[in-house]
Amino acid sequence: MDPALHDFGEFIADSLSREVLETKIECNELIVAVHREAIVKVLKFLRDDVNCQFKQLLDVCGVDYPHRDDRFDVVYNLLSLTHNRRIRLKVRTDEETPVPSATGVFVSANWWEREAWDFFGIYFSDHPDLRRIMTDYGFDGHPLRKDFPLTGHVELRYDDERKRVVYEPVKLVQEYRGFDFLSPWEGASAALPGDEKANAAGGGES
Amino acid sequence: MTPGFSDDTATAVPPGAGQDALPRRVAGELTEKGFILTQVDKLVNWARAGSLWPMTFGLACCAIEMMHSACSRYDMDRFGVVFRPSPRQSDVILVAGTLTNKMAPAFRKVYDQMAEPRYVISMGSCANGGGYYHYSYAVVRGCDRIVPVDVYIPGCPPTAEALLYGILQLQKKIRRTGTLWR
Repeated sequence: MDPALHDFGEFIADSLSREVLETKIECNELIVAVHREAIVKVLKFLRDDVNCQFKQLLDVCGVDYPHRDDRFDVVYNLLSLTHNRRIRLKVRTDEETPVPSATGVFVSANWWEREAWDFFGIYFSDHPDLRRIMTDYGFDGHPLRKDFPLTGHVELRYDDERKRVVYEPVKLVQEYRGFDFLSPWEGASAALPGDEKANAAGGGES
Repeated sequence: MTPGFSDDTATAVPPGAGQDALPRRVAGELTEKGFILTQVDKLVNWARAGSLWPMTFGLACCAIEMMHSACSRYDMDRFGVVFRPSPRQSDVILVAGTLTNKMAPAFRKVYDQMAEPRYVISMGSCANGGGYYHYSYAVVRGCDRIVPVDVYIPGCPPTAEALLYGILQLQKKIRRTGTLWR
């Protein structure tokens, strides 16, 4: 572990003791969990403080943890060219609670917050123009939520009578089937095909 | 009828000195009689197949292979195929890449703006049937849901040779058309 990074993490935690929930270092990367209401203050400090100088906001994105009460994380990645250092901030929120927008501190946050809104349905308060950015016009739902069906709800075709492209409910000839039984996304604990017999036999003996 | 406008590429003369015989005969006939006789549909089909101007519609990585086939190594100009980024002045639309839901109305609009006779080449798995993104919420499962397709080119992405072969197939299809109007 990089001791300078560790010291820097402690410096952040000391300077913003009321705003920062937790600092930790994973894979040599500094991760700071922040109070939702304090995110603008923290970003401003990290941008302006002479020891930080994180002038670039590289990314804002959402993460969905459906088993949690406040299910979303908003992740901010920052870069300081002055000190050649990166930092990652995390904020928790749920479907209804808005996160204060970072657009006042970093202009680049504008579209990323729109993206997080589009894909996860995370609200950002005081955002100048919070509307969809990636998905189709009139799209329904937030596709990167874990409870959003992979194939969505509508599909497109050209209607020769109405002379325009029409939306219809999804009809699939064959359902999507996953064959990657070891994928961590599908749940690695899933029984491999053929294993259910072996497990049933083992259960009988014990 | 002069042999100049043959029905099919299958009867085409192989490369070599033999190829010169054909234009020489045509030229000889011209100097001798001052005119050549042919059939209108053959002439029209010959003209159509010989100058297919594709509307560039690169949507994803397939567009890179499309550029390759237009560049000097494969050189689509040899077949009279010149990219024309304007639907009003093009004969064929080359759908190269993933057609998303958001793009579909725009794609149909471009197709509608093209003048008849118009042809569609669907390039790559995504344009053929959704391909890798078949089960996605945002992708049209094949561009034949939006427009009628003449030639499907399989591959992910198809090589530049495959695209060239697809264009030759379309030329073949045009040559064997018996009607003037589609």
